[in-house]
Amino acid sequence: MEYEPVIGLEVHAQLLTQSKIFCGCSTSFGAPPNTHTCPVCLGMPGVLPVLNKQVVEFAIKMGLATNCQIAPLSRFARKNYFYPDLPKGYQISQYELPLAEHGFINIEVNGTRQQVRICRIHMEEDAGKLIHDEQRPVSYVDFNRTGVPLIEIVSEPDLHSPEAAVEYLRSLRNILLYLEICDGNMEEGSLRCDANISLRPMGSQELGTRTELKNMNSFRHLQRALEYEIRRQRALLINGEAVIQETRLWDEAQNQTLSMRGKEEAHDYRYFPDPDLVPVEISPDWIEAVRQSLPELPEAKKARFMADYGLPEYDAGVLTGDKALAQYFEDCVQQFDRPKQISNWIMSELLRELKKAERGIESCLVTPTALARLLSLIEQGTISGKIAKAVFEEMIVSGKEAEAIVQARGLVQISDEAALETLAREILAAHAPEVAEYQGGKTKLMGFFVGQMMKKTKGQANPKLVNQLFARLLKK
Amino acid sequence: MSEPLYSLTIGQLSPLLHQGEVSPQEVTQACLDRIAALDGQLNSYLTVDAESALTQARQAETRLRSGEVTPLTGMPLAIKDVIVTQGLRTTCASRILSNFVPPYDATVSAKLRGAGAIFLGKTNMDEFAMGSSNENSSFGAAHNPWNRDYIPGGSSGGSAVAVAADLCLGSVASDTGGSIRQPAAHCGVVGFKPTYGRVSRFGLVAFGSSLDQIGTITKDVTDCALLLQAIAGYDPKDSTSVNLLVPDYAQSLNQEIWGLKIGIPQEYYGAGLDAEVAAAVQQALDTLTSLGAELVEVSLPHTDYVVATYYLIAPAEASSNLARYDGVKYGYRDPEAKNLLELYNQTRSQGFGAEVRRRIMLGTYALSAGYYEAYYQKASQVRTLIRRDFEAALARCAVLATPVTPTPAFRIGEKVDDPLAMYMSDIFTLSANLAGIPGISVPCGLSSQGLPIGLQLLGRHFDEATLIQVAHAFERHTDFHRAKPRL
Ligand SMILES: [Zn+2]
Repeated sequence: MEYEPVIGLEVHAQLLTQSKIFCGCSTSFGAPPNTHTCPVCLGMPGVLPVLNKQVVEFAIKMGLATNCQIAPLSRFARKNYFYPDLPKGYQISQYELPLAEHGFINIEVNGTRQQVRICRIHMEEDAGKLIHDEQRPVSYVDFNRTGVPLIEIVSEPDLHSPEAAVEYLRSLRNILLYLEICDGNMEEGSLRCDANISLRPMGSQELGTRTELKNMNSFRHLQRALEYEIRRQRALLINGEAVIQETRLWDEAQNQTLSMRGKEEAHDYRYFPDPDLVPVEISPDWIEAVRQSLPELPEAKKARFMADYGLPEYDAGVLTGDKALAQYFEDCVQQFDRPKQISNWIMSELLRELKKAERGIESCLVTPTALARLLSLIEQGTISGKIAKAVFEEMIVSGKEAEAIVQARGLVQISDEAALETLAREILAAHAPEVAEYQGGKTKLMGFFVGQMMKKTKGQANPKLVNQLFARLLKK
Repeated sequence: MSEPLYSLTIGQLSPLLHQGEVSPQEVTQACLDRIAALDGQLNSYLTVDAESALTQARQAETRLRSGEVTPLTGMPLAIKDVIVTQGLRTTCASRILSNFVPPYDATVSAKLRGAGAIFLGKTNMDEFAMGSSNENSSFGAAHNPWNRDYIPGGSSGGSAVAVAADLCLGSVASDTGGSIRQPAAHCGVVGFKPTYGRVSRFGLVAFGSSLDQIGTITKDVTDCALLLQAIAGYDPKDSTSVNLLVPDYAQSLNQEIWGLKIGIPQEYYGAGLDAEVAAAVQQALDTLTSLGAELVEVSLPHTDYVVATYYLIAPAEASSNLARYDGVKYGYRDPEAKNLLELYNQTRSQGFGAEVRRRIMLGTYALSAGYYEAYYQKASQVRTLIRRDFEAALARCAVLATPVTPTPAFRIGEKVDDPLAMYMSDIFTLSANLAGIPGISVPCGLSSQGLPIGLQLLGRHFDEATLIQVAHAFERHTDFHRAKPRL
């Protein structure tokens, strides 16, 4: 029997606010343990939370960007459980009345467009971190992360392959980055993802028993964990065994998911409205103001790149897949109005060289202006495309201007027809057998003659001229 | 001045301090001497910091000389041990916090310090404010100064005793279901619970967060107005505090109550009310009538559900509020614990007393999956009905008048094995917390055994002023507040 995977994701995104969600402590990462703490985030007796309004604003942004309805009234609730990294013995989250609900985003998997529904987005506080002593059976707690604001984005089970799940997560991350409300760093845990997955016979509408997968801190791990889990569940079902509802941890070293806890051991979180916080009231005016402040989002930008710049869908998708890259492209176009040419350069040369240098576009040494100038040099015939690539390779490591490199290395293209003709005649004289073969019909040898010319001119000869020249001289 | 300094009220002492006729050190020393002499028998204080109190007195003296004064400057006060005081041990009368010295002040503590008040120490209470007799203290019961074999009431028993026995000039305490009003009634002093949201809860160790409110226990209504004035007001650190102008409560003193309507909720005068309490309250109503007030009969139809509603909501919130005492960060930790589960189980079993454990279990149950709708959620809905009862009744009158307690104080030990009977002793005070309205308890008589009886007045949301007006009118025409226990 063929089975169809049914997948839903729960994504936690740390918000880039200056201070924590319920106190004034800093949210910055990497400080010495327990230095970003105060009585409030340490859960000392008698303290009270005060909501950071910026958190609400960021959450509204994400709600609007994912086409959600923003609740005019939402509530914080307490999620009760004991763990040493949770100083109050409960996490302040949202339960019955989340901030945003009923949204969707569009994704594209293998060329097919698909809508993924967003069930809800809610605000909550992060927990601290346990640090285990390597030598002794002792653990320490670092509360710096306690109270850092999170939003949890819960999808409907609309995803049917690991690729779709990865693409959905990639799209969500891209939206968060466009909104500048999360740094999207999965290794550092500023973006975390849990997956619910079940299988059902192809064509069936009923949901099978699901498992919840945790601990996947990269796109690759998400993909592999889902692939593993699909194989595992399929094997069970084919053998007539039941899938057990449980939480499973992805073990990256062993390349498999392992049972963490069963349904019976599942926590009863005893959610109830937090009496310390008043309901969050969001006026239509506030929502409208946030809507006005939204930047152009990836989907809209992609459509515009296709319409305004005549880019193919693939190019537009790659360029808008990174807000900074899209900006880079547009800055270039401003100064050199050949969108497709720029796009080609970015997608082939620029991205390859950045990857080699392990840099992001943000720290690229070639400014959009510098790239535009380089491309102008090709356009003007000062250098050839081939030379330009060599120049570019130097630009990206040195940050020098194209003109300076061309000057210094004497790379200016030779377009002096008389000079080239002299050289061409020398080449033909020196290769009489090849000339004869050519004239005997072996026209493929044109490449050989051009190559000889490039060798002689260190690649600086204008290739168009050279071709024309040989064609003329070789005519019988 | 022939009367000893400790026996004065804030209102009487304040001008003497301002005029330099007495010094804060003298008053503070008088209180400290009296604590040393009497508190061995009464056990009203858990912590007395004499040295710090005298230092604060010297600072107050400087302030008085500079003229930068408030009615509380130089006034020695007692703080209930559930209100956090920076540098001064705060235990909530619990073993689990027996060594906790807060690195921060409650907003109320900070306001009082800012006004120049002197903190003598922290007063005894039922553990985490859970109780009606002060017998649930991990550090021993407090004793009623009118008869030491009797309970002083709770949970703010220590505060009421300290005020009644002249071991301080006044006290701030907390009221979650009557914890200020009931012990005030049992000890013959004035207890005031403001509207929920009127006084900041920041630094008040939470029991039932939607019910808790800081208020005052004082020797008379004038002191109540002065002390309330100093602590009331919006606090950005408490999202549930309300940003409303705080009126000048002194304006409500010495006012007439001619023509003012006082509601008599029939449900509070039924069976189970002790005859002597009924008689004293009736006499108080007659006094109010003689002052020109008009009595109107009103009904609070959901009164029968008050106790059940309260004992679902308060323990549910408490079960969550007390989860932070886990032995990880501060407070007591069982040194024998060998793993995380033992750390939690043993620390909390040993650190909490029986009543606290009982309420944590009750509350945990009420919030559990499958029971939440039937218990916590249903109780929240009934709470809304109870609140509407009060709004409807208070639409027909300015205040309600009721007994504070069904009986005068009972003997220490009498109800310790019967939690339900104990819970019923709060039957008249719980509803004000559920409805969020303000309430005051004023002395209105003594039983034949010489134990105080209280009259409760309940008012509209944020109308503390009218309660002070009526209570002060009553006090001006009676002598009950002048009666003092013989010690
Ligand atoms: Zn903090």
